[in-house]
Amino acid sequence: MTSVTMQPEGVAPARPTVVAGFTVNAASVRLTLDPRESLLDVLRERLGLSGTKKGCDQGQCGACTVHLDGRRVVSCLTPAVQVDGQAVVTIEGVVAPDGTLHPLQQAFIDHDALQCGYCTPGQVMSGLACIAEGHTTSDDEIREYMSGNLCRCGAYVGIVAAIREVADRAEA
Amino acid sequence: MVQAVQRYVGGRVLRKEDSRLLTGRGRYVDDLALAGMVWMAVVRSPYAHARIKAVDVAPARDMPGVVAALSGDDLASEWAGPLPCVWPVTEDIKMPQHWPVAKDKVRYMGDAVAVVVATSRALACDAAEAVQVEYEPLPAVTDVEAAMAEDAPLVHEDLGTNKSFTWSHGGVGDVEGTFAKAPVVVKERYWHPRLIPNAMEPRGVLVQPGLSQGDFTMWSATQIPHVAKVTLAMVTGISEAKLRVVAPEVGGGFGSKLDIYAEEALCLALARRLQRPVKWIEERSENYLATIHGRGVLQDMELAATEDGKLLAIRAKLIADMGAYFQLITPGIPMLGAWLYGGCYKADAYWFEYTGVFTNQTPTDAYRGAGRPEATYAIERAMDALARRVGKDPAEVRRMNFIPPFSEPTALVTGLQADSGDYEATLDRALELAGYDELRKEQKARLDRKDAKLLGIGISTYIENCGWAPSSLLGAIRYAGGGWDSASVRVLPTGKVEVFTGTSPHGQGHETTWSQIVADGLGIPFDDIEVFHGDTAVSPLGFDTYGSRSLAVGGVALKMATDKVVDKARKLAAHELEVAEVDLDYESGRFSVKGAPKQARSIPELAFTAWQAHNLPPGLDPNLEASATFDPPNFTFPSGAHICAVEVDTETGKVDFLKYVAVDDCGTVINPMIVDGQVQGGIAQGIAEAMYEEAIYDENGILLTSSMMNYLVPSAVEIPVATLDRTVTPSSTNSMGVKGIGEAGTIAAPPAVLNAVADALSPLGVTDLQMPVSPQRVWHAIKNATGRNGGPA
Amino acid sequence: MIPAEFNYEVADSVDHALSLLAGYGPEAKLLAGGHSLIPMMKLRFARPSALVDIGRIAALSYVEQDDGHIRIGAGTRHHDVHHSPLIEAGCPLLSFTAGLIGDPQVRHKGTIGGSVAHGDPASDLPTVLLALDAEFVLTGSGGATRVVPASDFFKGFFETAIGPEEILTEIRVPKLGASSGWSYLKFSRRAQDWAIVGVAAIVERSNGGIGSARVALTNMGATPLRASSVEQALAGAERDAIPAAAAMAPEGTSPTSDTNAGANYRRHLADVLVGRAVEEALGGP
Repeated sequence: MTSVTMQPEGVAPARPTVVAGFTVNAASVRLTLDPRESLLDVLRERLGLSGTKKGCDQGQCGACTVHLDGRRVVSCLTPAVQVDGQAVVTIEGVVAPDGTLHPLQQAFIDHDALQCGYCTPGQVMSGLACIAEGHTTSDDEIREYMSGNLCRCGAYVGIVAAIREVADRAEA
Repeated sequence: MVQAVQRYVGGRVLRKEDSRLLTGRGRYVDDLALAGMVWMAVVRSPYAHARIKAVDVAPARDMPGVVAALSGDDLASEWAGPLPCVWPVTEDIKMPQHWPVAKDKVRYMGDAVAVVVATSRALACDAAEAVQVEYEPLPAVTDVEAAMAEDAPLVHEDLGTNKSFTWSHGGVGDVEGTFAKAPVVVKERYWHPRLIPNAMEPRGVLVQPGLSQGDFTMWSATQIPHVAKVTLAMVTGISEAKLRVVAPEVGGGFGSKLDIYAEEALCLALARRLQRPVKWIEERSENYLATIHGRGVLQDMELAATEDGKLLAIRAKLIADMGAYFQLITPGIPMLGAWLYGGCYKADAYWFEYTGVFTNQTPTDAYRGAGRPEATYAIERAMDALARRVGKDPAEVRRMNFIPPFSEPTALVTGLQADSGDYEATLDRALELAGYDELRKEQKARLDRKDAKLLGIGISTYIENCGWAPSSLLGAIRYAGGGWDSASVRVLPTGKVEVFTGTSPHGQGHETTWSQIVADGLGIPFDDIEVFHGDTAVSPLGFDTYGSRSLAVGGVALKMATDKVVDKARKLAAHELEVAEVDLDYESGRFSVKGAPKQARSIPELAFTAWQAHNLPPGLDPNLEASATFDPPNFTFPSGAHICAVEVDTETGKVDFLKYVAVDDCGTVINPMIVDGQVQGGIAQGIAEAMYEEAIYDENGILLTSSMMNYLVPSAVEIPVATLDRTVTPSSTNSMGVKGIGEAGTIAAPPAVLNAVADALSPLGVTDLQMPVSPQRVWHAIKNATGRNGGPA
Repeated sequence: MIPAEFNYEVADSVDHALSLLAGYGPEAKLLAGGHSLIPMMKLRFARPSALVDIGRIAALSYVEQDDGHIRIGAGTRHHDVHHSPLIEAGCPLLSFTAGLIGDPQVRHKGTIGGSVAHGDPASDLPTVLLALDAEFVLTGSGGATRVVPASDFFKGFFETAIGPEEILTEIRVPKLGASSGWSYLKFSRRAQDWAIVGVAAIVERSNGGIGSARVALTNMGATPLRASSVEQALAGAERDAIPAAAAMAPEGTSPTSDTNAGANYRRHLADVLVGRAVEEALGGP
């Protein structure tokens, strides 16, 4: 067997670091960050919030959608250092503290709006924003304003129906 | 005996998987971390074809945080065998050896040349960039016909040719004679583009070496943990008994995770070598190169018919792009459609053959439908060509050729015995839902007024064989695995139930459907049933999930195991109630004495006494637990009719959907909501294939559609809402009458769409139209046919 | 996918950003929405030495108006341009088009200034701003500003008039009057895609005919282009002149070929879409 060179660990060279403070699901965090770290990687790998998913890491699939100061953004293209001073909400912050599902989450179940579930947290975060932005006047408008979230299982019919139901209920 | 009351089976039961997935609590491979874990990154070839002159891993190895950096030669001693291909379709097949890391040559863009392991993902990424590889680029071959030319660059020099094999169905009837004498012969050529599966979850592997026992646990984003355990033991030399494979939550597969990949073998070997947990997560850019592609088949399709349009013979000859290596079942994919080029039609003669060819591109393998979309596309587009040729409506031509309704095994022209079917019923229902006559009127009106937006109507009536299927038959076609599956049902002393299945779901909702079957069988509340799957340490041996087989094989095994539990409980109930078994009624989990219904025992009560084992009848083992294995006597044959109406903008070439109707027959339905979801999702992927998706390589074998930005996975905007309905002809293959529905939409949709676009454009003289029907392709087709720059007829 | 190493700096003012840029030299880049730059950095195709984050300069995000113009801070997000009542009232072509960029998540991060400064000929906003005869305010050190008309701004493929020591700070757009009709047609295969071809048209209606027309094209060359021949042919013309004028749309263009469309198909689309956009801008007969 060819020998393997073992290196002492934890002696990475000094890299540029930046301290950033922000809230995640209303809890304050303060981290020393490598500017290369995306908000997505920080959520998943440093804060243990793995509900936000990495589908493409290029801003094209929407699986990593979170809310940043109330706006839906893709966390893969958001450098974590940029979030300093802002409020992040992830899928883990959507469910009520007592575990009750948000009405949109329940509507996803009722309308069979997911299969493998991988794009689902991003769909829910984007759907919540779609409703808050008021882009729910028709199914076509919902589809248009959900175009940033791909679902390979093709559960779009259920996703649109779920968003529609919750939007209509909010209006009633 | 009274039949168990069906409270769940057939009902729209909401999925028990959903809650955890909706709250971010589903645990996929990338959500797992272990203490001391290190990260693997793979150095990949930027060339499609090049000799490896030198690999210098030293610059990477010397970087801080790097634990290992290894070339293909460095790793050669790790392998007990090459990566598996379990379907050598002919005796004379030319099989290349496929090692996890290339040593002499790279044969496709993305081929692995080295690996690095580091203490963080970022460091691994940096280290991979530092590996120096010297390549001598070679001419690449990307076209299947060019690959068979005398002077073509050889992907594998040692094989002496790029042509690996030709497999023939063997034929039925007098094919040559029928074609020679037939008054009408339709000849069509279809290119079925390469597709990139794009499961939303990329692949990923995490291996934990057990320091004390020398065992390994591998978590992998796979559809086939059981198959992985067998084959990876052979690749790595790890004792199969010391290898546990777990498919945790898996974010879609569509066939792309029905494979054994280099990275699985590599993580196992590196974990063994380093004695640390090793993790690898695929980047999306790697997914496009290093995960299998689907399709890539050139089809020459011929029909012989009478002047009325009655089908006489079918002849299909394919050239299939294998890519640079064989993956798990690469050579066999077109064979999955080998018996389907006759569709649901009567004919006298049949011929099918295909040739597998190596090219300098990503290996192909199963993608949703696998072989059957190609077959259905060929016969259904050819049927439309025949209808145009004989001047008849495509619905009429289909109707006059349909096999009449049947409920017992009936021979297709291809020689297979289909289980049951009523093809005309599905077509009639689809025509009715589509408003076919109205659509034809509207189509004519648009033509008459020279509307720039023409209307086209496309019909696709399909039959497919799924639920693969008798193990003896799989052996006969040289497939190395079996077709059976198994399940266990364990009623616990407290009345809760554990179900263990050999299937491995990744979005199909087996936890829900399997619970429905057991809940009705045992009269146990749905929520009291837990379904365990995808872990070789807890689930029984099985063959996992692909090819629409889970319900038709594993689900039937589960029903058999459930019935066995009931049989055992009946013996115990008879013993405790001191009556003969025949004197007991059984209903909803409760045995009662005929004529004295208050004397009764429930399944939970019997589970408790069976566990206590204080008073068992002679010969009865403790516990209410049973296992069953089902090896189906035949395939199942779902069928259906899909109709779509499209509007084609003849000026821009853009195609918009006006209507999409799908009437499918998957036999008995356990959960209509899940069936509808599978159909709708399958149609979405079929439409994607028909209109948007195509892996495009340049002449040097460089993948141009390298991200979701230019490989067009559709969003909600592009996918129409289909109107769904069903007919039900229970399968005669299994006791439940179930067939399979995972692939039907993807099989049926592409020819429906292409037939619709061709139907719209045929008044302009357009005959040749290939997938995906992009606006540019439509515009070109119009221009070629009319000599004009688009516009109405 | 992780970018190569870089330094990160937060600018709290335009002047601060300029001094940071000067300090790091030509390898430094401004970071606004980042949705064009960061994907390239993750693939390590782009390796800036430093990113100067101008996203937190509140003074760069505003929409204001005076008599004839709407003034938009370069840091204003596409979502906010899309939803601005001021822009919708004064220049609906711009708010409409901002709603077609990418997808909703992109529009919440991407800024009008970033889109203009990037100089991508496939982008929608530069074309619309070119058709609108917008003006771009460039700020240099010490607050010195110069105003560049859109017609002089787009210099080449990903190349603009912004100097190495300047930052785009404001976009000024003339308001459209009641007699102005407008259209932006974006032809793409998926909703979230870049335009294969896009056409912006503004028509000054005059007695049921066309007084004058401004037409600009997306993705038909190295920069957004004005279709001058089309404009000349339409000046003072009637509706029936549109097809012949539209046929001139490919003149002077140099579209590329890619996996979605070849150059010839793009030229053909420009013709068809210019005709349709001008019709739409002119309004019903």
